[in-house]
Amino acid sequence: MTIFEFFLWSLLKVAVVTVVMLLGVAYTVLLERKLVGRIQNRWGPSRVGPFGLLQTLVDGAKLFLKEDLIPTAVYRPLYLLAPIIALGCALISIGVVPFGEPNVGPAGMHLFEISDVNIGLLVILGITSIGVYGIALAGWSSNNKYSLLGALRSSAQLISYELALGLSLVGVVLRAGSLNLRVIVEQQATQGILTWNIFGGMQFVAFFIYLMAAYAETNRSPFDLPEAESELTGGYHTEYSSMKFAMFFMAEYANMITVGCVATLLFLGGWTSFFGDLIPPPQNIFIHAFLPLFWFVLKVFCFLFLFIWVRGTLPRFRYDQLMNFGWRYLMPLAILNIVGTSLWLAYR
Amino acid sequence: MHLILFFVFAGFCVAGAINLLLQSHPISSALSLIVVMTSLAVLYLLLGAEFLAAAQVIVYAGAIMVLFTFVVMLLNAGREERTMGSRTARKVGFPAVVAILAVIATVILRAQGLGVAGLRDGITSTTDLSKVLFTELLLPFEVTSVLILIAILGAVALASHGDGNPHGNRDPYGNPERTAGK
Amino acid sequence: MSSFFSQEIPISWYLLLSAVLFSLGVAGFLIKRNLITVFMSIELMLNAVNLSFVTFAHQWHAVKGQIFVLFVMVVAAAEAAVGLAIIIAVFRARATLAVDRIDLMKL
Repeated sequence: MTIFEFFLWSLLKVAVVTVVMLLGVAYTVLLERKLVGRIQNRWGPSRVGPFGLLQTLVDGAKLFLKEDLIPTAVYRPLYLLAPIIALGCALISIGVVPFGEPNVGPAGMHLFEISDVNIGLLVILGITSIGVYGIALAGWSSNNKYSLLGALRSSAQLISYELALGLSLVGVVLRAGSLNLRVIVEQQATQGILTWNIFGGMQFVAFFIYLMAAYAETNRSPFDLPEAESELTGGYHTEYSSMKFAMFFMAEYANMITVGCVATLLFLGGWTSFFGDLIPPPQNIFIHAFLPLFWFVLKVFCFLFLFIWVRGTLPRFRYDQLMNFGWRYLMPLAILNIVGTSLWLAYR
Repeated sequence: MHLILFFVFAGFCVAGAINLLLQSHPISSALSLIVVMTSLAVLYLLLGAEFLAAAQVIVYAGAIMVLFTFVVMLLNAGREERTMGSRTARKVGFPAVVAILAVIATVILRAQGLGVAGLRDGITSTTDLSKVLFTELLLPFEVTSVLILIAILGAVALASHGDGNPHGNRDPYGNPERTAGK
Repeated sequence: MSSFFSQEIPISWYLLLSAVLFSLGVAGFLIKRNLITVFMSIELMLNAVNLSFVTFAHQWHAVKGQIFVLFVMVVAAAEAAVGLAIIIAVFRARATLAVDRIDLMKL
């Protein structure tokens, strides 16, 4: 394959993945509104299109057409930069996620993965840690006390929970002996659901920690302190309107999807089915290519469902409760999990 | 390819570092330093140090600089003031810096036997790195953990000082006159 | 097309870049008057030195050079935590971050 073909293929994959991701974001919003509606014993959006399916498009158009206000007291360069950082980082990290069977497609190409990186897991962690700046700068540059409080809360929250998040993944990496996401998935595939890290790998504690930290990292309820509307009006995006607000909104949901993808890859066997390598791969090349994709999307969907379910059921934590929970319980638990996993791997 | 990438990201590095000097607001300086650090991560990748590139982004850009911006936001630090000290520092500082740069550059340019770097040089895998780290250099590694523990304790002790208000009516925000006699 | 990827550049360019960054760090340390920015200049100097370490590790094919960078990062993280705590304590006592005004040992 020549270099020109390589660039062309990569560009195509990036375009397709970005479009799918944005569509996914739009329909996650709809899913959330529908599900939370049902949880609260009402219908949710149902007027625009069949089952309200076009609601998100209309919402998007509305936000796009709204007047874009820039308050006079803001620090303009950073005020404009912040939503770009937030959304950019949220969309970039999907670039190292493998969605399906690796060896499908033209020679030397991975059709279902934008790039195969040796340190994929670290890349995702790194990009999400850069994403903090979007929120921090938004709050600071808005020159508004609610925004600043939201941004301070969120930086402190993200730094604290990043530790627990990173430590919870170490057990998985220890088992796989690699930071490559593809290797981590393939190592779980041997006996299907029995060798998934969450069950066979004894990483359910790690999964629990990851789940809690993921709620905090994506600023989702019950840890949505940075935008707690009852006390901070809108948190870090109080001063944002129109498309800039929409960008923060999209970034939040894109982060949710990425977190779901990572959980699927690391704990739930990635694109492999419930039976893994126990049943032979299908002969039909088309099914062989797209069945793994189906499993992957199904698992991510379940994860998103869980996110929304939790949002609809649990009340918001207090700030001191949040910090106590992160530092006093999740961190030591994550370290214990690492020690336990290493001992188990050493004396197995 | 290597040449282009090197010049682009070296350019980002130098531009970011100069911007750090020119900006008068600490948060702009912090942002330019983040640009320097992430561009350095790309240069590490070019030199085949992929784990370090990731560590650079996670530790430096993602943790240390977040702390910096956090503190700038927390203290609501304003623009820098021009003072007598800054004029003296300029007069002494610039010649000193040029001298330092000249000395280092001479040493580098006169050095013999320095090789070349290309994209095909091979990558230091995380496995190679950890093998050396956890066998030969295990003791320094363990010592750094003690260092971090001490740093955590020190930071907690420093930051919590005055929060519990142990000195009675001490004003936490300065006003030296009130506490000078105690 | 293969020449596009097999292009090589001299190691000394990386070292020169590191020298330039280090000098800019020194300049920042001397010229800047804000405590936090001065501290950032120190981080810039550490980063420049790290680049030298990685370059020499590449030159001599020695992994230990890269591990030294890891140690520098650890020290920098510890330093940032303690240093920023000191800065917060100084700000509480003096309500300023200008280095010219922080010239008394006692409160």
